[in-house]
Amino acid sequence: MNLFGTLGQLFAIALALLLAPLLTGWVNQCRAWFQNRSAPPLLQQYYMLHKLFLKDVVLAHGASQLFRFAPFVVFGCMVLACAIIPTLSTDLPLAPAADTIALVGVFGLARIFISLAAMDIGTSFGSLGGRREMLVGFLAEPALLMVIFTTAMISQSTSVATIVETLAHRDFVIYPSLAFAGIAFTFVSFAENARVPVDNPATHLELTMIHEAMILEYSGRHLALIEWAASLKLYAYSCLGLALFFPWGIAQGASVSGLLLAIPALVAKLAIGGALLAGIETLNAKVRIFRAPEFLGTAFLLAVLGLLVRLLLETRI
Amino acid sequence: MNADISLSAQLINLFASVILLLAFAMLAQRRVLPLINLFALQGLTLCLSTLVVAFTTGQAHLYGSAALTLVLKAMLLPWILHRLVRQLQVRADVEGLINIPTTMIAGIVLVMIAFNVALPISQLSSTISRGTLGIALATVMLAFLMMIIRTKAIPQVVGFLAMENGLFLAATSATYGMPMVVELGIALDVLVGVIILGVFFFQIREQFDSLDIRNLEKLKER
Repeated sequence: MNLFGTLGQLFAIALALLLAPLLTGWVNQCRAWFQNRSAPPLLQQYYMLHKLFLKDVVLAHGASQLFRFAPFVVFGCMVLACAIIPTLSTDLPLAPAADTIALVGVFGLARIFISLAAMDIGTSFGSLGGRREMLVGFLAEPALLMVIFTTAMISQSTSVATIVETLAHRDFVIYPSLAFAGIAFTFVSFAENARVPVDNPATHLELTMIHEAMILEYSGRHLALIEWAASLKLYAYSCLGLALFFPWGIAQGASVSGLLLAIPALVAKLAIGGALLAGIETLNAKVRIFRAPEFLGTAFLLAVLGLLVRLLLETRI
Repeated sequence: MNADISLSAQLINLFASVILLLAFAMLAQRRVLPLINLFALQGLTLCLSTLVVAFTTGQAHLYGSAALTLVLKAMLLPWILHRLVRQLQVRADVEGLINIPTTMIAGIVLVMIAFNVALPISQLSSTISRGTLGIALATVMLAFLMMIIRTKAIPQVVGFLAMENGLFLAATSATYGMPMVVELGIALDVLVGVIILGVFFFQIREQFDSLDIRNLEKLKER
């Protein structure tokens, strides 16, 4: 671990913390435009975080320590995930900390804590949201793992940095398996980030909400951390998707110019990806909660198909 | 690892994968009109894949097959089916005997079987597109599955046509297609089959007031 790598890693984390609310703001803005509404300002998320951090925390009577710790755990998990995923450079000191499977575990840890905290208060909405979150989570995780196994089979490694390095610096080869995996990954990230076909992030409508139901009891800085963590999760998933399926522009070696060149590439890719996300959300209707297993089952199926196609077509004996 | 595979082989593999994907999409589709559109899309992909094979290998008769596929499977048959649906005023969702997720799992199992069966066969072949034989077999099996689980007449016909797509892909990938005479014959068969089945649809509905072919299982009149 050298000094430059450490600095690069810190810079990537700082950038993630800064860019994540911006990405959420951009998606919300695009969505408002597509839906013919007047859009909130791009920096709306920052304003909200600022406001929430200044407010006092109100705790429910029955709240235990877990309820207070959970936002910090969730936030920490998301920051760690953002640090492991190669956003700017594949030369990461933190990369050996966790491979892709552990990365899925980090997301799982955050999910468990937020669900437990939701159930901790004992309100019906909290436990409802927690259960639904676990339902979505336990279906999304195997699909995500299958997607990752497909990419891991191509690069023969489960380390994210190695996978991205292999995929980014190859000859131009069409991998049909990657197309399957890409679609599956899109499905999974929609479900994981509480986007429209599974959950609507902009609603407090009682019967349909998942993520919002879990965080109803939070206020003040706790809520701010959770909102920030949600933005970071969207950012992490977007960056993981971009790194796996559109890895061009990510710096490989340790050089300042490489890092500086990677930033505009990342921002441009995130902007396009965010606009696409908003477009897909606008075009689709939210499905019933009992259709969510079907949606995620399709994702799992596509990921398995990707693996099979990889075995059949791309390994010549 | 993959550097020795030329661009055209990659394209063929890509198109074959798209055909497999569309076969699954058809299996999962609940409505009739999107089902027909998916079938048309599958025909188009098949045509493109055949074109790539024809261009790469210089087999002139494959251009004819591709043109035939385009006209028949991507345009004429979907158009006939669309017209039938309009005339029969079918609006209800397609009903399956088993639910969609179970169907999908069955489909995955079929794909695994098809891939395993096809692997040793495709190693005997020396064509550029031999890898896609497994996919062709899987498409045939998925179309079979669709015919088995669907209860309405139109999705069954679409399943039958999709099976023909799979067989065509198998022929192209294993032996660069069948002789032109055979292909013309099959094309004519399929066309005539769809037209006759279209007439059948009206008869079935007149008799039972529904397109549910489970009604045909009763042998005696009530």
